[in-house]
Amino acid sequence: MFIQIKNLKKKFNDSFAVNGINFEIDKDRTLGLLGPNGCGKTTSIGMILGLIKPTSGEIIIDNKNLDTFKRDEILARINFASPYIELPKKLTVRQNLEVYSRLYGIKNRKERIDEISEDLNISDFFERKTGELSSGQKNRVSLAKSLINKPEILLLDEPTASLDPDIGDFVRSYIQNYRSKNKVTILLASHNMAEVERLCDSIIMMKNGKIIDRGTCKQIIDKHGRNNLEETFLKLARSKSEF
Amino acid sequence: MNFNKVYALGLRHMYLISNSLPRIIDLIYWPTVQIFLWGFISKFFTLNSEYYSNTVGIILTAAILYDFLFRISISFNMMFLEEIWSRNFTNLFIAPIKISEIVASLTFTAILRALIGMIPAAIIAIPLFGVSVFKLGMPLLFLLLALYLFGITLGLLVTSGLLRFGPSFENIAWASLFFLAPLGCIYYPIEILPNSLQIIAKGLPLVHIFEEMRSILISGNVNYFDIIKSISISIVYFILGVIIFYVSFLGAKVRGTLINMGE
Repeated sequence: MFIQIKNLKKKFNDSFAVNGINFEIDKDRTLGLLGPNGCGKTTSIGMILGLIKPTSGEIIIDNKNLDTFKRDEILARINFASPYIELPKKLTVRQNLEVYSRLYGIKNRKERIDEISEDLNISDFFERKTGELSSGQKNRVSLAKSLINKPEILLLDEPTASLDPDIGDFVRSYIQNYRSKNKVTILLASHNMAEVERLCDSIIMMKNGKIIDRGTCKQIIDKHGRNNLEETFLKLARSKSEF
Repeated sequence: MNFNKVYALGLRHMYLISNSLPRIIDLIYWPTVQIFLWGFISKFFTLNSEYYSNTVGIILTAAILYDFLFRISISFNMMFLEEIWSRNFTNLFIAPIKISEIVASLTFTAILRALIGMIPAAIIAIPLFGVSVFKLGMPLLFLLLALYLFGITLGLLVTSGLLRFGPSFENIAWASLFFLAPLGCIYYPIEILPNSLQIIAKGLPLVHIFEEMRSILISGNVNYFDIIKSISISIVYFILGVIIFYVSFLGAKVRGTLINMGE
């Protein structure tokens, strides 16, 4: 297993945001992290990124415990994109990518920046300030930053939120295509069920800080007797029991 | 420590400055205003007081040195706040960089920002008021070093507060130096303070720095023991500042505030 999460817990004040979750992700597979708002997805991602210290439990990446191994050596192999975080608005796209390529220790910076810019169609606004870009353009720049180090592990938090269907489809296709050409293990948190069905090999459903179901999309849909993942999500999110 | 990463973090802030003319003007504007303000106040005292003949030189030199301290501390805080305001905080803290590299980049970039403002102001004072801070000679470098270390320490303490309390701590960032100014004896000798406050003031490097500055300008005597004392006190505070910063960072990880730090 490339990523192992063992009995992970995070307590804020008196309540558990994440309460004893266990899951594993095989190398080069994509796992979807689903659940209603406040179910613990972001906290879980924060712990995997080393931004939040777990109350207890273990995060093991490629046989290295995140708590005891050198933080920067693990982070060099990971990256993250979310529409809820941004790159400095006053810097141009090129300047932002240059700064981050240096931070990630990329050796052939110019070639890598040119390559990723070409792939994501961001060359046209390369010299514009990031704050002047549209949501779709910003999203692609953010994705470029998250792939600048060719991460072995990519964490995506609602990568297509607030995008129009056309750009959303472009991003999904890009991720799908990127995954097929590169070895990358992806953890995708999303509320877009069609996106999850399209991109994920398997999913886990979270509620109240716990995992309430797991499997492939088809397995979970069939298990709950629904027609699609959206209906299954609604059934699980609205149910009072935790299965 | 990887200096390429330290450079990258600094580069991000230098790009920010070079991309914005208002920011460059802002950096130069305030120190220059300080020089004008204190230059004219000092001149007034010279014409109306016989306390000492070199009032302009002493007060203006003190203003320039104090402004250097102020710029260093504010620059350090500003660069950290920029990451919060631009919602870049998470991106930065998930990059493979050590906390020591973040501190180092803020420390080195702060002096660049401070010098952009201070050098024009110091030069303007020469033809306008006949005052040159460079008259302090070689000791100027040591006094600046002590101020630099203490300015960075104040920056570290304020950023520790930002990590601990979030962006709401921002106002403290602006006010932090004003809390210390009265005890720093920047424009007056330590004897002006009540005895009880003199004891506290002596625990700060500022008193030793500005007393030494006045001593050099008035009598021309350089007391290297006092200069070393001021640098040593600054180093002690700096080490304390670094420890508090690390503790605050670990505390922020426990509270989960790093992932939601934003406007």
